[in-house]
Amino acid sequence: MLLTLTAVTKTYATGEGPLTVLDGIDLALQAGTSLALTGESGSGKSTLLHLAAGLDLADAGRVELAGVNLTTAGDPVRAGLRRGTVGMVFQQFNLIPSLDVAANLAFQARLAGRHDPAWTAQLAQVLGLSALMGRYPEQLSGGQQQRVAIGRTLAARPQLVLADEPTGNLDEATGDAVLDLMLRLVAETGAALLMVTHSPRLAGRLDRRVTLSAGRIT
Amino acid sequence: MRAGLSALLSHWLRHPVQLAILMLGLALATALWSGVQAINAEARASYDRAAAVLGQNRIERIVSQDGGPVAQDLYVALRRDGWKVSPVVEGRLPAKDLRLLGIDPLTLPAGATSVPLRSGADLADFLSGGGRLYLNPETAAGLRPDGLPALRTDPGLPPGTGLTDIGVAQRLLGMEGRLSYLLVSPGAQPDRPLPQGLVRRAPDDGTDIARLTDSFHLNLTAFGFLAFAVGLFIVNSAIGLAFEQRRAMLRTLRALGLSAREMMGLVLLELLVLALAAGMIGIGLGYLVAAALLPDVAATLRGLYGAEVTGTLSLRPGWWLAGLGMAMAGTLLAAGQSLWRLWHLPLLAPAQPRAWARASARSLWRQGVAGAALLGLSAGLLAFGTGLPAGFGGLAALLVGAALCLPLGLILVTGLGGRMARGVLVQWFWADTRQQVPGLSLALMALLLALAANIGVGTMVSSFRQTFVGWLDQRLASELYVTARSADEARRLEAWLAPRTDAVLPILSAETPLFGRPGEAYGITDHPTYRDNWPLLTALPDVWGRIAAGQGLMVNEQLYRAEALALGDAVDLPGGPLPVVGVYSDYGNPRPQVLMAPEGLMARFPDTPRLRFGLRVDPDRARALATALGAEFGLPDGAVVDQATLKALSLQVFEQTFAVTAALNVLTLGIAGLAMFASLLTLSGLRLPQVAPVWAMGLTRPRLALLDFARTLLLAALTLMAALPLGLALAWVLLAVVNVAAFGWRLPMEVFPGDLARLGGIALLAAGVASLIPVLRLARIAPAALLRVFANER
Repeated sequence: MLLTLTAVTKTYATGEGPLTVLDGIDLALQAGTSLALTGESGSGKSTLLHLAAGLDLADAGRVELAGVNLTTAGDPVRAGLRRGTVGMVFQQFNLIPSLDVAANLAFQARLAGRHDPAWTAQLAQVLGLSALMGRYPEQLSGGQQQRVAIGRTLAARPQLVLADEPTGNLDEATGDAVLDLMLRLVAETGAALLMVTHSPRLAGRLDRRVTLSAGRIT
Repeated sequence: MRAGLSALLSHWLRHPVQLAILMLGLALATALWSGVQAINAEARASYDRAAAVLGQNRIERIVSQDGGPVAQDLYVALRRDGWKVSPVVEGRLPAKDLRLLGIDPLTLPAGATSVPLRSGADLADFLSGGGRLYLNPETAAGLRPDGLPALRTDPGLPPGTGLTDIGVAQRLLGMEGRLSYLLVSPGAQPDRPLPQGLVRRAPDDGTDIARLTDSFHLNLTAFGFLAFAVGLFIVNSAIGLAFEQRRAMLRTLRALGLSAREMMGLVLLELLVLALAAGMIGIGLGYLVAAALLPDVAATLRGLYGAEVTGTLSLRPGWWLAGLGMAMAGTLLAAGQSLWRLWHLPLLAPAQPRAWARASARSLWRQGVAGAALLGLSAGLLAFGTGLPAGFGGLAALLVGAALCLPLGLILVTGLGGRMARGVLVQWFWADTRQQVPGLSLALMALLLALAANIGVGTMVSSFRQTFVGWLDQRLASELYVTARSADEARRLEAWLAPRTDAVLPILSAETPLFGRPGEAYGITDHPTYRDNWPLLTALPDVWGRIAAGQGLMVNEQLYRAEALALGDAVDLPGGPLPVVGVYSDYGNPRPQVLMAPEGLMARFPDTPRLRFGLRVDPDRARALATALGAEFGLPDGAVVDQATLKALSLQVFEQTFAVTAALNVLTLGIAGLAMFASLLTLSGLRLPQVAPVWAMGLTRPRLALLDFARTLLLAALTLMAALPLGLALAWVLLAVVNVAAFGWRLPMEVFPGDLARLGGIALLAAGVASLIPVLRLARIAPAALLRVFANER
């Protein structure tokens, strides 16, 4: 199993006392499969994604990624997993503003030590970015930026792609096109995909679907 | 409106460190500016008091045509002829370091002095017994009263000046039967010409010393202004951050019904309240700065110009009101950019708001072009301009032009670095550094100016010190210097010393006007001591032979430059002119000076006492000879001085002279460090969206922090590299243009790599310390803070 969450609990301190965001979550994801995570705002979807990426730590339970227990792993180990095993696509794209499209596309692959210029060029072509390689993020539209973000993730050939509402900032037609591309490329690279979405329609296009409500899987 | 204001002010309660930085920046800027202004005001008040001491700024005088003394008989003849004139004797008492003025209170024109001689009792006291000597309380406190009349104090007198009865002054100055000049009472005078050799001189419209010291005060003002500008960079940074952090709130307030005009009014009110508070703190600090620096400034002015300035500070309403005005104006200037943005703030947030730190590349290019134009202007002014205004204008254009060019230069260098880099992290490092440049540009410009000022002024002082030490070695060639108490003792001394020394060299000097300014003439014996050592700048062949033969004189560099003299030009002296046959360097002397054969000097100034001698003796025997001299003649302390003591004393005066400059240098660099800290702290809050994705992709926070640290050091190092040539250019302008125009001497420029390396180390250390808190904050930032970037960024 590539990713396993066992009895995971996460609580945040707020001004009105502790707020439990995830409450005993059990979840597993195999390599080469896709899973849609849906639920209302505040149901804990993004938190679950962050725990799976090792960006945050669970308060209780166990998160295991590629055989490593993230709950007990130190920061350098988790950083290494993020660099080499996981790829993230964010709703806000979060490109690196100081780098042009070409450098953004290659960035994570080079960090992971898996930069393949031919594969990156192929991705750029498939994503329709070949003509934009010299531009900077602020010179791109939202759809273009999201395509760069997807390309950046896939160029590193991660085992697990975590996507947090990757089409949430795009119109329906662009969102559909971007998702088509992502699903096709994830399938081609043999990666697993865990995608957070509000849209039942998009969720229906993935292998499985899990809904979170008040921190629990329903 | 009140609700809007409380909403605005609530920001500062939530961000007390930001408020502290803003207040500190403004207070420091105001402190240094108003401190320097307080010093200048105090010095100018002293000059005015000196100018008014005998009313020479409004009372006409009769003086000798050749600048020499006026015979007392002539005064008596003039009085008998109906002239309403009053005699004055003026001279220096070197042993007391005192300028002595002797007056006749019975004939003195009304209002000529502040000393209370109004009542009969005062007058009787003034004229009683051995006389009275009136002094400024500060001068009186530091004076040994032996050999002087009873002391009285009067705060209206300038420091370093003593006022006494004319008879007492004549006795103390050895001017019996002679007067310095005559004061002419206002009103009708006989319609007859003056006796031959006497001329009337109109009152001075300003004081010589005030004109002489203008450049020094301009220098101080320039330093104060530089520190003020550097402080404003901090204010700009803090206000910019506050604006950015409150952008959403400002937009909400607008949406809730506050008009743009009302919003501007509120923000202006907030800024002015803060400026008022910080300005008052700054004025308090400025008073402390001025009080701490004034004694050193007074020493500098005495050392460089012979100007006496009181060492205590008085509070003037105009000064603190001007300080508050500067604080207010500075705040508005520093907030200009933010206010402009506020005025143009769109009611609805655009899809991709520009980050505060990202200025457009086009504006940096425009700024660079303006900077290059200023550099061109500077080169033109320095190459073709003359005098102090051109020197300071060229200096200002050079500094501002270089500062404007700096961000563009950094953008180009970091761009080049990125193109040459191989590894992905190194590439990102360069690209990210490049992106930080606009946000840090003001702080880096401040650092550049502070570093350049340090390098420039430091190089000038070190060059001066090196030249001065070498010059002292040349000028103070004799191993011992001895001063006799009387002519008779001098004769006995000379006879006793002749068999015990290699040479006894009389040092003769007389005060005499040179080209209308008070100067001195020296008599110098033809001896290898002078031929081998005297620091000549230019001379005719066989200059020493010509002087010994009475065929010419040498002038000091100050006189040579001030009067644009050439070799062969004549210098007017009592007894007839002499041609210039040589020019020598004479650092630190504010007065014009000439040097001639002793026989010639005695012929022209027959009353010159022959009391001082330089003694050439085997250095190993010097101490024993000094002891034997003291024992044989019972000479008082200070009558025999060895070369080393004299040099140490001269160097001490020198170091004290530049203590103010050093203090201002350190303060300016400190403020630049604080500006850097403020900017880095500002940016650290705004940089999370740029850092978070890299963290999410697998870089640890400590590593990111380390890269941030390296980035700060890199930018500081690049700024330092730009500051080096700028600072050296500044030193050159100071040495070759400003010094020549201000003081009349030119110094050879020396570069001191050790000093530069030390300053570089300090600059990098300051940058490192300034970045420590932001870097540690990044290293320890909670993941939740970084995750917020992905959740609800912007």
